[in-house]
Amino acid sequence: MSPVQVFRFALAGLAANKLRSALTTLGILIGVGSVILLVAVGNGSSQSVQNAISSLGANAITVLHTEGSAGPAAAPTSASGTTAFAEPQNLTVQDAQALAQAQGVASVSPAVSTSETLTYGASSDTASLTGTDPTYFSAEDDTLSAGSYFTTAEVNTAQDVVVLGSEAASNLFGTANPVGKSVLVAGIPFTVVGVLATKGASGLSSADNTAVAPLTTVQDALTGFGTLNDVVVLAKSAALVDTAEGEITSILDLRHHETAADADFEVLNASTLLSTASSTAHTFTVLLGAVAAISLLVGGIGITNIMLVTVTERTREIGIRKAIGATPGVILAQFLTEATLLSMIGGALGVLAGIIGTRFTIVGVKPVTVPLSIPLAFGVSALIGLFFGGFPANRAAGMRPADALRYE
Amino acid sequence: MTRPLPLPRHAAEPPVAQAPPGAQPHPVIQLASVVKTYGTGEAVVHALRGVSLDVAERDYVAVMGASGSGKSTMMNIIGCLDVPSEGQFLIDGIDTSSLDEQQLAVVRNRKIGFVFQAFNLIPRMTALANVELPLSYAGLRAAERRRRAEAALALVGLAERMQAQPKQLSGGQQQRVAVARALVTAPSLILADEPTGNLDTRASHDLMEVFDRLNAAGRTIVLITHEADVAAHAKRVIGVQDGRIVTDRRLTEPDALPPLLGQPGMRP
Repeated sequence: MSPVQVFRFALAGLAANKLRSALTTLGILIGVGSVILLVAVGNGSSQSVQNAISSLGANAITVLHTEGSAGPAAAPTSASGTTAFAEPQNLTVQDAQALAQAQGVASVSPAVSTSETLTYGASSDTASLTGTDPTYFSAEDDTLSAGSYFTTAEVNTAQDVVVLGSEAASNLFGTANPVGKSVLVAGIPFTVVGVLATKGASGLSSADNTAVAPLTTVQDALTGFGTLNDVVVLAKSAALVDTAEGEITSILDLRHHETAADADFEVLNASTLLSTASSTAHTFTVLLGAVAAISLLVGGIGITNIMLVTVTERTREIGIRKAIGATPGVILAQFLTEATLLSMIGGALGVLAGIIGTRFTIVGVKPVTVPLSIPLAFGVSALIGLFFGGFPANRAAGMRPADALRYE
Repeated sequence: MTRPLPLPRHAAEPPVAQAPPGAQPHPVIQLASVVKTYGTGEAVVHALRGVSLDVAERDYVAVMGASGSGKSTMMNIIGCLDVPSEGQFLIDGIDTSSLDEQQLAVVRNRKIGFVFQAFNLIPRMTALANVELPLSYAGLRAAERRRRAEAALALVGLAERMQAQPKQLSGGQQQRVAVARALVTAPSLILADEPTGNLDTRASHDLMEVFDRLNAAGRTIVLITHEADVAAHAKRVIGVQDGRIVTDRRLTEPDALPPLLGQPGMRP
């Protein structure tokens, strides 16, 4: 019996119940399509986060102020008069100046940040406002598209000047040139001196919906003279990033009387952010893939189910085929081929659906197809047909011809 | 009706041994003390209680008996659809107890042609495709399958209805397709289980005429029936009762022509 004949019998078997075959195929289609699509979504979000982080600049180190872990736990020892644990302290401009003395450090930009509403005429925009020094722009890899940065002199005299991110500028001014215009930041008029070039989205928030003003001005008018939110440190070279990080940690530990266990600051650089973010994104991708794989498994069980029904329905036909000389192997091959055809047609359509789906932006993420996921999902769907069709096909092959012929 | 044609022979089939002059013809079927029981203990059913039977080549045997007499069980064993609980069954000299399911399938394909009471054609396949099916399982090429299937359908008088599906055919036509399917592999034995049970008198008569001609052309036929006028076509009539052979009547020698061949019979 030639494979072509087996294939023809299987096709005829499927064609006999078109609706049922189509619905079973749909189960596999959804499974394979969702594997490809969801893995692409996970991969896409991982890539956009990585792009955003690598745009921060390889030499930049961020010192973040944290609340510290020793606060409440330190209370009993503080009461006894000793200071085994230091109270969390503010991150101050003096800390930043101390960091500037370190060997590996090129520049230090203390920063405070807050979210404020910017208004120009009838248009308004809620942007993240950063108060800092002019060195901040080079540390953040910013470039100008119009105007200029503010100067150290303007910082020292707390001038009401602001540099807008490209998105904030277009939200407020449309296509008009904002330089020299006055915007209201929380009701206070600021003169726009420059506009930054577009940087692109960084994960969930836009890096362009920003406004940057002198540190002194922002502290004076908006945030007060409490702690800094962070200090952006630029290492002298990429090779000195680790050295500079070590220096920063020891200088701040000394100044804040901290040990590593109760530090009230955190030192991050682009590469540690990148590895944290990519491991998060990897977990996300695996999770999405697992959900999709479950739907593929459910589709496979659908195949077993429908093939069992088919075999039972066609018991008499199986009996006839056996009576006229079909060997168990031929019957097995026919039903296995039917199941595999179902799953492979579903798989092929699923690949198509998945590829079409990845052309759309899904919940703000542009999916990026993982090439390996296509042959993998299709191959798994073919194997699913063999595996999940095996049990019903075996049952058909093992039927005793006399019993099968008697079946009504 | 077409006249008898030389029947196609299967290429892979070994030539049937020719009996030397004066010797007994070669037995196609040999049943030796065959017992078949179903179930165990209290619920045991004795379908066959020791049946011994030889059927010679070219013979035409009718097996008669009431329902439950064991004749269908006997038919299943002769057709290699079931195996005896005890005793021996040889077809063309081959002991079937030594064969596995795969080899039994080959024996059914090459040695036996089945005709069932319920026709048992495969729905949604044309008459031609149904007749080609045993040849597919035998591994013949498409052109050869088609040639033989067309010849077999012509032989039963259905050359005009080859592309019809079973549901488009009358009962009598369906049964003739089944006969064509049974003889297309040129088997040693044609086995018919109440072939006229679902047919009217006219169709029954046409079908028996086909069987008569097949036997006259050299086919060995065993048919099960409970109609006396069907049994009258055979050369030998065997009565089965309670799992045993109770009567064995020979009407004509195996080498003679079937007794009712060419007779007007029941035609109105």
